[in-house]
Amino acid sequence: MAVNTSGPRARAGLAPARERLDNGVVFLGKQTQTTPAVAINLAVRAGSIVDPPGAPGTTWLLSRTIDRGTLTQPANAIAEALDSRGITLSITVSRHLFSLVCTCLAEDFDPVLALLGDIIMAPALPEPEVAIRKGEVITAIRQDDDNPGVRATETLMAMLYPDGHPYGRRTKGSIDIVESLTRDHLAGLHAARFAPSVLTAVIVGDVDTTRARDAVARVFDGWRAPVPSAPAVASPPVPRERRRVVVPMMNKAQADIAYGFTTIRRNDPSYYAYWLMNNALGQYSIGGRLGDRIRERQGMAYYVSSALDANIAEGPLVIRAGVSPANVDRAIASIDEELALLRRDGLTAKELDESRRYLIGSMPRALETNAGIANFLQTEEIFGLGLDYDVRLPDLLSAVTLDETHAAARQAVDPDRATVVIAGPYES
Amino acid sequence: MHTASAAVRETTLDNGLKVLLREEHAAPLASVWCWYKVGSKDEGPGLTGVSHWCEHMNFKGTAHIPRDQVKGIIEQYGGSWNGYTWIDQTTYLETATRDALDRMLFIESERMASCLYHPDDCESERTVIISELQGGENDPDQLLDQELTATAFKAHPYRHPTIGWLSDLQTMTRDDLYGYYRRYYIPNNATLVIVGDVDGDEALRQVDHYFGGIAPGPSIARRATAEPEQSGERRLLLRKEGTTAYLKVAYHAPGIAHPHFFPLLILDAVLTGAKGLNLWASFRVPPPQRSTRLYRALVERGLASYVSGSLLPTADPFLFTLSATATDGERLSSVEAALLEVLDDVRRNGITQPELAKAKAQLKARLVFDGDSITNIAHQLGYFETIATVGLFLNAPAAIAAVTLEDVAAAARSILTQENRTIGWFDPLPVRDEPRPNGVA
Repeated sequence: MAVNTSGPRARAGLAPARERLDNGVVFLGKQTQTTPAVAINLAVRAGSIVDPPGAPGTTWLLSRTIDRGTLTQPANAIAEALDSRGITLSITVSRHLFSLVCTCLAEDFDPVLALLGDIIMAPALPEPEVAIRKGEVITAIRQDDDNPGVRATETLMAMLYPDGHPYGRRTKGSIDIVESLTRDHLAGLHAARFAPSVLTAVIVGDVDTTRARDAVARVFDGWRAPVPSAPAVASPPVPRERRRVVVPMMNKAQADIAYGFTTIRRNDPSYYAYWLMNNALGQYSIGGRLGDRIRERQGMAYYVSSALDANIAEGPLVIRAGVSPANVDRAIASIDEELALLRRDGLTAKELDESRRYLIGSMPRALETNAGIANFLQTEEIFGLGLDYDVRLPDLLSAVTLDETHAAARQAVDPDRATVVIAGPYES
Repeated sequence: MHTASAAVRETTLDNGLKVLLREEHAAPLASVWCWYKVGSKDEGPGLTGVSHWCEHMNFKGTAHIPRDQVKGIIEQYGGSWNGYTWIDQTTYLETATRDALDRMLFIESERMASCLYHPDDCESERTVIISELQGGENDPDQLLDQELTATAFKAHPYRHPTIGWLSDLQTMTRDDLYGYYRRYYIPNNATLVIVGDVDGDEALRQVDHYFGGIAPGPSIARRATAEPEQSGERRLLLRKEGTTAYLKVAYHAPGIAHPHFFPLLILDAVLTGAKGLNLWASFRVPPPQRSTRLYRALVERGLASYVSGSLLPTADPFLFTLSATATDGERLSSVEAALLEVLDDVRRNGITQPELAKAKAQLKARLVFDGDSITNIAHQLGYFETIATVGLFLNAPAAIAAVTLEDVAAAARSILTQENRTIGWFDPLPVRDEPRPNGVA
């Protein structure tokens, strides 16, 4: 089968190849020749949202265990195959994706892809490996418990997304739950949620696109598994009032503030206005308006910024700051004031123009490396943005008006409905 | 295609500024780094942290870039900018679309000659840096690393942390900062690196335009105290509230120019996986380590949840540090015993031929991965020129390829001795019961 590299119209840009194989696997490929290396990014739509009811952390433990042996290869053979080629296999779990990502030398592409395919399709999940990885995950949870930044953010997310909402759960789960998990839980999750119909294989680098497509087909063509049901993700409740919680950690030197809201879905038409608004608020240069005020003028924090994570469901906008305990109240008051100003007056024309130019101009950097391109293509795929998204993106950002960013600010960042968490050596 | 052998043009202006330039036309981007041979090893008593504080001050306006216009220049080209300070060096960078080259060079020339150090900005930055220090103290692993380094060195200024000690940060004055800036930020103490989609001849003309008029400064006399040979094992026990136990074992290790450095790099790969040589990039990506000796001895046996090694290229002899995070419920004594057993074995018996071959393959791949962006390439050129010579970086693949089993064995015998090591424990005290926030899981 020929690979379709032509989009709906002739254009420059990445122009990746895309093809859905007969069993549902989506292949995305782009040949580059900057280094004799290839980035492989395999993403299964089985992130932490598919954790079984009452067992958050199952997907995370699966991610720690899935590459510790397959039905045909023991764990030490896999370790040797990767290490001998200088490859670090990164296995990550986000809310929606379970991803295997690595970069290998071009000469190693075929055997490495085959190995990753084996890991995804046929993990053995040996009992002894599960036991060791449970110990690692429990240690990681204990480390998180001692980290003010993690405690602040996780507490915030649990408040913004309550009642067991998948965005509000700890991705690693709790110690009790991890201790109770068995090989059968992991195997059950894998059987229920891993299937060719939910796999996107992105290959970027020094390999011919047709050859890359054929390699993906060779590895995955024989995989058959039922199509998993699409997990439902409810919209979170909209907070009606301001909430404030302190997580005392008196053994720490610095306090972390997490201050946030729920916002919009990624496919909301106002996404680009939100993106620009957030960039000016807490990203541009050293943290946008927030960085200007709290770090540069008030000298209160080493870091302060805001992050917008519009997702399949309504994602959060989270402002984070690390401050001395003595400055917590002042820093929160400054955030309140900046948000109130933003809601009242909106961005200036200059701010909008600067953020727009920055976001458009930064695309060549984002797409400079193979791994960067692969990540971009996975984002295109999960949100259905289209193969020409890199070409259309400047126009999408250019079309946003000041009024639209002002509307986004009024809608998203109301201090009277903020949820504020302080973790650290601070007592209210 | 990026290759290690791509030509690097090297020139020196009349004022002593070294310039390294490499054309890379894969993407319409350019990266500029300006490196200064000044780091925390140059700091004396009462001034620890001054190098890093100066780095912060050098983003706060110059004679020709008003304070409120610092941000936005590079961003208008979609660019990023940053800087960092460590023991041997301070550096600043911009990476943006190629048409920003003129602005990048302008900014770096201003940074070299015309920073303002307004007293209000110095005061404002004092609290920012103390906040940075406190943020680091929140992390017990980082705290242990700082204390371990201070214990391993008793004479050489590598002993104090780059961020400085708190009392110095509280008392340092604007004049201290500005005097330090004027002493070290001179063209004859700097290297300018340009990598990207630029015309080399034109770029060098622009460099001359912006930097050629900056007067050289007095040559800097450095009188470093050599660290005396360690004559016995040192131990450090940190006990603070926490949830997790950490172990670190540090050996005095050679600087980049020593014949043992590359054999030790191979040994580190055998023990914990190859990291490459790029402090800026590759140390952020975990090494391939599942088959390494320490991973198998500690993580695969369930004693530790994490193990790592650190051997960084430095001008003077620094440390080769092995770190482990104890698995919840495991004792630090057990982790330490297992780790030292591995090190003792490699000290007595060296490594095997397959291990040598694998370590070389890992490093070869890592060097390729390190060169995937112009920012990374520019970092490497400037980093090595600042701590030694760029030639050492360009020759690294050959130096790695030439390492023999006996080289590794000799390095292991020389360095992995009991007398040469410092062992640090972070053994947590129970965290006092603190109320969980209401209604939150």
